[in-house]
Amino acid sequence: MNLTLKIWRQKDANDKGKMVDYPITGIEPDMSFLEMLDVLNEALINKGEEPVAFDHDCREGICGMCSLYINGEAHGPDRGVTTCQLHMRMFNDGDTIYIEPFRAAAFPVIKDLVVDRSAFDRIQHAGGFISVNTSGNTIDANAIPVNKHDADTAFDAATCIGCGACVASCKNSSAMLFVGAKVSQFALLPQGKVEATDRVLNMVKQMDEEGFGNCTNTGACEVECPKGISLENIARMNREYLKAAFKG
Amino acid sequence: MALDSRTPKGPLADKWTNHKNNINLVNPANKRLIDVIVVGTGLAGGSAAATLAELGYNVKAFCFQDSPRRAHSIAAQGGINAAKNYQGDGDSNYRLFYDTVKGGDYRSREANVYRLAEVSANIIDQCVAQGVPFAREYGGLLDNRSFGGVLVSRTFYAAGQTGQQLLLGAYSALNRQIGRGKVKMYNRHEMLDVVVVDGKARGIIARNLVTGEIERHSAHAVVLGTGGYGNVFFLSTNAMGSNVTAAWKAHKRGAYFANPCYTQIHPTCIPVSGDHQSKLTLMSESLRNDGRIWVPKHMEDVKAIREGKLKPTDIAEENRDYYLERRYPAFGNLVPRDVASRAAKERCDAGYGVNKTGEAVYLDFASAIQRYGKEQAHIKGLNENDAALIKKLGQEVIKNKYGNLFQMYEKIVDQNPYETPMMIYPAVHYTMGGIWVDYNLMTTVPGLYAIGEANFSDHGANRLGASALMQGLADGYFVLPYTIGDYLSNDIRTGPISTESPEFEEAENNVRNRIETLVNNNGTHSVDYFHKKLGKIMWNKVGMSRNAKGLAEAVEEISALRAEFWKDVKVPGTANEFNEELAKAGRVADFLELGELFAKDALHRNESCGGHYREESVEESGEQKGEAKRDDENFKYVAAWEYKGEPKDAVLHKENLVFENIELKQRSYK
Amino acid sequence: MSGILNSSIGRKFAMALSALFLMIFLLQHFIINFSSIVSADAFNNMSHFMGTNWLIQYLMQPVLIFGVMFHFIMGFVLEIKNKSARQIKYAKNNGAANSSWMSRNMIYSGLFILIFLIIHFIDFWIPEINTKYIQGDMSGLLPSGEYRYYEELVHKFQPMWRVALYCLGFVFLALHLMHGFMSAFQSVGANNKYTKALKGFGKAYAIVIPLGFIIIALVHHFNH
Repeated sequence: MNLTLKIWRQKDANDKGKMVDYPITGIEPDMSFLEMLDVLNEALINKGEEPVAFDHDCREGICGMCSLYINGEAHGPDRGVTTCQLHMRMFNDGDTIYIEPFRAAAFPVIKDLVVDRSAFDRIQHAGGFISVNTSGNTIDANAIPVNKHDADTAFDAATCIGCGACVASCKNSSAMLFVGAKVSQFALLPQGKVEATDRVLNMVKQMDEEGFGNCTNTGACEVECPKGISLENIARMNREYLKAAFKG
Repeated sequence: MALDSRTPKGPLADKWTNHKNNINLVNPANKRLIDVIVVGTGLAGGSAAATLAELGYNVKAFCFQDSPRRAHSIAAQGGINAAKNYQGDGDSNYRLFYDTVKGGDYRSREANVYRLAEVSANIIDQCVAQGVPFAREYGGLLDNRSFGGVLVSRTFYAAGQTGQQLLLGAYSALNRQIGRGKVKMYNRHEMLDVVVVDGKARGIIARNLVTGEIERHSAHAVVLGTGGYGNVFFLSTNAMGSNVTAAWKAHKRGAYFANPCYTQIHPTCIPVSGDHQSKLTLMSESLRNDGRIWVPKHMEDVKAIREGKLKPTDIAEENRDYYLERRYPAFGNLVPRDVASRAAKERCDAGYGVNKTGEAVYLDFASAIQRYGKEQAHIKGLNENDAALIKKLGQEVIKNKYGNLFQMYEKIVDQNPYETPMMIYPAVHYTMGGIWVDYNLMTTVPGLYAIGEANFSDHGANRLGASALMQGLADGYFVLPYTIGDYLSNDIRTGPISTESPEFEEAENNVRNRIETLVNNNGTHSVDYFHKKLGKIMWNKVGMSRNAKGLAEAVEEISALRAEFWKDVKVPGTANEFNEELAKAGRVADFLELGELFAKDALHRNESCGGHYREESVEESGEQKGEAKRDDENFKYVAAWEYKGEPKDAVLHKENLVFENIELKQRSYK
Repeated sequence: MSGILNSSIGRKFAMALSALFLMIFLLQHFIINFSSIVSADAFNNMSHFMGTNWLIQYLMQPVLIFGVMFHFIMGFVLEIKNKSARQIKYAKNNGAANSSWMSRNMIYSGLFILIFLIIHFIDFWIPEINTKYIQGDMSGLLPSGEYRYYEELVHKFQPMWRVALYCLGFVFLALHLMHGFMSAFQSVGANNKYTKALKGFGKAYAIVIPLGFIIIALVHHFNH
């Protein structure tokens, strides 16, 4: 396959940045998208140019490190996959592919396609935990039975990989799917109920301070989420928040 | 020189309790005066950092990823073992201990493994209290599954994402401490040296990967939870960033490196598809519960398949060689990982590999689909002779059990595994070797600790499935936070450690010089070029099957490649910016040293044990003919290597392994 | 409770509450208007009641005006804030791949509805206030002694331009409701096993009500 890549290049956080065209040849359909970028980078290095910086690590769709806005969609045109699991067979010979960083004021660009998602970490610092110390004599794991449906729903929420595709896809750069997933996981489990009020208030407060936009329920996040995190989690967070806010 | 593991005296079952009762503690007010650096934020590092902060120490934690949550522990799929005996099937601490020592082919330290089994139950309690959503039964209690090589059901799991859920649990505990200000988190920072002052580890040199700044960080103790070094093979199931750098720098500063040649090659991975491949993807061991592994019996069928003239489903039952069932009737497809991997290699080396590259075997679910389909039809009272219906019902059962894995396979290979058998091949997965530690998890450098996959301690020569998560969390939550107090109790009057000492100066200059050399080298080949070459040497000569000639060649070839690397590597960009090529170059440079020690260690260990298979050491006769032959008389020890300038000059120290509670036997799966 | 309107979810909730209120108002408005094509008397009676009942006039009418104003102002505030959450736009964005046109363009459908409402106010509400409260004629009667409401309604729908504007306004309202109905429920936290049914109902509401208004206009335009 021969392709034309249009890639966002930006030297550092202060640089203005621009889209640059790169023709690329000899791409095989069974390469992953990131392997295609590896080929490009190898060629750039051999030509004495700077390779394109992008985030990646596990390359099996679980660490959440890879990002990229490909042809107008977070993680590209395939569904239920991260960029590292996207394969070139999704594209055709001769295609032009736009590759941009995840865009949000809360995710400033570090270099090229690499963005800073530490806002997500800070939201978790504000309340994404259950306050239990490690002691070795916590109560037995089977002392509190948990309804299987609740446990499974909590698990589904907990499979969020924190990649930021929800923010990148949202026309408002809202982080509510990400925050909703964490709030939901704990709200559904008995262990999490003790701190539910403070948790949701603190996490939402931090989310707002980070400069994410507001949710207008377009549902784009749910569609683009590589892990299929459900919009129900946002509704649950709304309920939890309102309950907490009226409680004072 | 023999090494002392400082294992406490007394009966096995009492050692840990007695030890905890006797070691020194630091009082809560004094903990505030003590700083601890934790490098790596996976299961081991993340849980250790959180727990140390809960206890009151001031913790600085470092990870090279953009968030602690990305550590590669997150990719573990199957589960975590714990001797809870919730299933009432006779499990106990002793059984978990026994299975682990036996699975490790009697090359691990008894006392450490027993302690691991002892705290395993606490891990599950702790994780549930943190809100980790383990799989549950309809009654609301925790569910278990069983894993290879054991006779009980002790594996706790969260679908195919157990590692993710456990890591997010540790991450949440860490977040709580970051929020409280007890942990200062340094994301996108890479440790590039350990600083040793007056014989004690007192800090690290780190590079800020965003700005390129070189930073000095001091502490009273340094903990490495930096994972394994499987990426020395270039292709492995490790993350792209997984590296040996932190462990190797510690080694160069005096920490002995133990058993570097013990590598786990996991039998069920998606085969390599071409030269562009950047990493390999694991398919959980749990698939071998229902999948049957085979290759065609006849060479003409193999050829026809490779040419695309035949499909695997065209091969009649009698023309298939279910080689694991043939060779190991007792365990069949559920033999341990090392055995399954070698058997696949044996068939492929004999020419029976079923893909273009000749390096793949089939993992077939057709008979499981039939079996489950009939079962479902019977339960639902439907027609058991309707082939289409049986297939549909059977596929639904398989989908419930392995849906996410099947989807992952289809995305990568573009074949539907419900209709045609999967193709699999072994791949490097985990390294049992690592930094040598004593019973307290301290390395040979006082004040420097190694935990999780980074140390060598618990898995011997082969790790059982679902035990890596257990060890990482045991070390981080329940072992290190106690044992480190024994050392730190001497530091309550030390006061803050200055970063202005000549030792810091020297270490920083070292790091700077090396970086300068790399960015100004102006060679002709990229870092990956060298990494791929190293990987080829490792895989061909230090891989699943090793012999003296190949290993000796590997030592020479790696040494030559290292010289070529330093002469000819090309690193674009500068030192003072976000420069991934530069970071990669530093890691590959260390792999090029480790690889040589790895081969040297494999060459010296002239026995087959666990994941280490020497062609010279096989059973010559009897029922076990052709199987790996362990040599307890000559090699019942841990090989710990001391750095002496060049990997080939490393000096061997032995820790003799004493087995008082377990009888050494040959592992038989026939 | 304090500062709830300063939080993202609080604002969302307020948007949803005002929307739910406006949707109820819309339903009520529709029922009365629709009666005009069934029975002129019924329409006259209801209109007179609504136009003269003090509870409706002095309590509900200000609440309605406040609700409309709030919904619009908050809508604009949120739009501006949301726009500023992404300062650099994508060179290529494929919004259609993951969301409906309606959901992405609420601000534009809303703006058109606002324009329509302003015209509607000038056209209907201001003359009405003038008649009732400035000229003081609360009788609701024509010189002929009959109620004036039905006559006025029919009269209003004679000019083509007004019918066209009216129809267009309701097309935009339909688009707005197509996303807005379900969105309001999601915002107040209702997402459960009834969601599917509610979604269907929301779609029906978004089509039936505006279409009904359009039919009313067309019937009166072509019948007289």
